[in-house]
Amino acid sequence: MYEAPIREPLILGDKTNHDITEDICRPIEGKANKYWWWCFIVAVAALLWWVLCVAITVGEGIGVWGINNIVDWGWDITNFVWWVGIGHAGTLISAVLLLFRQKWRLSINRSAEAMTIFAVICAATFLLTHIGRPWLPYWLLPLPNQFGSLWVNFNSPLIWDTFAVTTYFTVSLVFWYTGLIPDFAVIRDRAKTSATKFWYGLLAFGWTGSSKNWQRFEEVSLVLAGISTPLVLSVHTIVSMDFATSVLPGWHATIFPPYFVAGAIFSGFAMVQTLLIITRKVLGLENYITTLHIDMMNRIILVTGSIVGIAYITEFFIAWYSGVEYESYCFINRATGYYWWAYASMMTCNVVSPQLFWFKKLRTNITFTFVLSIVVNIGMWFERFVIIVSSLHRAFVPSEWGTYHPSWVEVGIYVGSLGLFFTLFLLFARFFPVIAMSELKTIVKSSSTQAKREALKHGHSHVSHH
Amino acid sequence: MSKYIFAVYNDEDVLMQNIKPLRSQGVRIKEVFSPFPIHGMDHLIGHKRTRIAICSFIYGAIGCLLAIWMTQYMMIADWPMDIGGKPSFAYYKNVPAFVPIIFESAVFCAAHGMVLTFYLRSKTLPGVTAFVPDKRMTDDRFIMQVECNDASKKADLTNLLLKHGAEEVKEYGK
Repeated sequence: MYEAPIREPLILGDKTNHDITEDICRPIEGKANKYWWWCFIVAVAALLWWVLCVAITVGEGIGVWGINNIVDWGWDITNFVWWVGIGHAGTLISAVLLLFRQKWRLSINRSAEAMTIFAVICAATFLLTHIGRPWLPYWLLPLPNQFGSLWVNFNSPLIWDTFAVTTYFTVSLVFWYTGLIPDFAVIRDRAKTSATKFWYGLLAFGWTGSSKNWQRFEEVSLVLAGISTPLVLSVHTIVSMDFATSVLPGWHATIFPPYFVAGAIFSGFAMVQTLLIITRKVLGLENYITTLHIDMMNRIILVTGSIVGIAYITEFFIAWYSGVEYESYCFINRATGYYWWAYASMMTCNVVSPQLFWFKKLRTNITFTFVLSIVVNIGMWFERFVIIVSSLHRAFVPSEWGTYHPSWVEVGIYVGSLGLFFTLFLLFARFFPVIAMSELKTIVKSSSTQAKREALKHGHSHVSHH
Repeated sequence: MSKYIFAVYNDEDVLMQNIKPLRSQGVRIKEVFSPFPIHGMDHLIGHKRTRIAICSFIYGAIGCLLAIWMTQYMMIADWPMDIGGKPSFAYYKNVPAFVPIIFESAVFCAAHGMVLTFYLRSKTLPGVTAFVPDKRMTDDRFIMQVECNDASKKADLTNLLLKHGAEEVKEYGK
């Protein structure tokens, strides 16, 4: 495929195919450095805290949380929506950017997909714990049962959610794993010890890389990308319908599906930035995950952040324009009532801060990007908190008014879920190839520094032959 | 069973350019192994188009029908419920609420059915011993598998391959 020689290269440092193999396999084959161990110890400590808080929740019941009859969804669903939203960026990078043939996805898609899977696992733990009796999750499935002809209610968005999250998780998992197979084969074929050879051989499923297999592999990737794209949009649409199909002011909004999807991509890209800025530094992948990649992701953060901002303002406008006093009250109360500080944090972090990315200097500044990516995720957490808690705490009649504060157990489960997430991600970064080698090698002849130099020297004819 | 020798190339473009000249001289190329997908390679060595996308469509259609049957049976036939004064006594009135379920079921079946078919057809499964003519084939070498049934012609064939861009010619695993 032709690519203009003046377009910035995606792989720096004159890397050959063999260099890519070496650079990506080195962290797996070598010993973990002390940064990895420190991160891992902190993450596992948080994970153990999570285990304790979940054990208390399961043992005692969700009475140990701060939720009450008035605010009956609190941090649990806030965290669920936050984590599911974060997951969306991985699918966006691997599926939507594949359909749009955006080659810059190639060095970030693997870790973004891993992030998706781990984020959805975290989200699922909140679904399981919030049902109160987590040993009965199969009640959510349409199974024949001993209670007569009692089925799940397919009119309910909560059941749609069960189907959406299950499908999303399993499809993302096979998409990710199928992409990993050729890279596991790379590690298998260069294994120095018999243990490495055995384990990676097992994971590689006997992959050979014959042209017939590659032909099917490419078709499978393309079709999976094609069906994952509407799937990922459907997941957060359905999550938003958990709220939008109710009659509660602040939830009953037709704008929710697109607004939730944009917010999900917004927060997901922020999390990808947080993770990759650390990963590229710790694993020394600066030649593959370049400032160009960071700039590109920041542009998406800017676009989706602006969509989210417009959605907030539209919501406010419609609350007034509808003339419904409950709706108007809900929004005025959101901005000036008991939880005004949550609303103010949300507006600052999500609407104001991403606008700074209009400046190229800031978009390409790695420290600034890192800080802002965390700010965005704080903002997106507050968005879900505002929607859920501020809408619930002032319903139609004053007898339905109350407040909500999380208990230490709820806070513990949230902090612990970050531990779960980072434990899984660190294990991934230690044992799995964090960059899709077999995919990245396809652009060595068109988008590496040496290819660009050649193209500039000889004109266009040598860029690529196919 | 046919016997094969393996020509090792260090550049995918050189390998591709030499397929036509080699085939015109009667060389029978069985497969090409590469560390990454090469566009047009399948066509060049005569592989038919894969029908895996058609399979996916069929699985998706089955998933769609399955969900339609399931919602119809559970919500309309077996146990109609009056929810919010909107009883589910007729499928066509109730079906908008089932669209998400039908969609998710179609995607679930299409994706998993296709991936399973891919694994089975490509014999890519846990515990399968890989066919590795040269260990560098997943790193930076491109391996051409060439039929060589007549041992007396092996030297000629080797020379021909070397003349056509091959870096070396070898037997399996050596």
